[in-house]
Amino acid sequence: MNLPSFARSQRLTIVAAILCFVLVLVVLQLWLLTATMDSFLGGSDAIVVPAALASLGCFALNFGLLHFFLRKLDR
Amino acid sequence: MRIENPDSISKSPDGRPIADQPIWREQFPIDWPTDDFRSRRDFTKLLGLTSLAFVAGQIWIAFLAFRRRAARPLAALQVASREEIPVGGSKVFDYPRAGATCVLTRIAADRFVAYGQKCTHLSCPVIPKPAENCLQCPCHDGVFDLATGHPLSGPPRRPLPRLQLEVRDEGVFAVGVEEGIL
Repeated sequence: MNLPSFARSQRLTIVAAILCFVLVLVVLQLWLLTATMDSFLGGSDAIVVPAALASLGCFALNFGLLHFFLRKLDR
Repeated sequence: MRIENPDSISKSPDGRPIADQPIWREQFPIDWPTDDFRSRRDFTKLLGLTSLAFVAGQIWIAFLAFRRRAARPLAALQVASREEIPVGGSKVFDYPRAGATCVLTRIAADRFVAYGQKCTHLSCPVIPKPAENCLQCPCHDGVFDLATGHPLSGPPRRPLPRLQLEVRDEGVFAVGVEEGIL
């Protein structure tokens, strides 16, 4: 993906948006982890695998966004 | 942070050269011009690593859950004889291993209940109070239902681990854990 036409101000806006999105996803992962741990310690395994998959999905999204930020946009 | 050019550093309050300064002056150079800072790129990488760490935590919990499911059934342990505990009486014992303290309570002539004794808030030992039909944690006044082990009031949010019991002719046996982790 080539992004030579973005002005600096446009890039900064995109970067800020990406960071906000990544931050929200990380907070969501934190909530998932605490809820899963609470459920597991309470004796229930039902949400363990779905929560792990959801967290993995969040990480994949984060990785894609960060890859876009660090490799494509931030050059 | 490695300081490439010591001459660029402001004088420290005691005036000694950088080589004689304690390491914390390098790590926390509050009033020095070469102060370290988190760039946005570093912060982004930190967020990525944090995200990965959360995934690792989730996988670890899934592994523990799998191991718990695959665990062999617990061996039966005779806790008490039927006459040993009067109605309203209790007995503390270890199950399924030493150090996993549980408490058995006789709440009726033909009914026994047993729970892990660690409060699910901060692991203080709970005390059965059959007259009030509850177990109470003295540390933060958490109260659990004696019949079910579910929290009634106070800080605890999770129920006490409940043991499976069998009343046989020889006495009361603990044969497994219904819910929770001991």
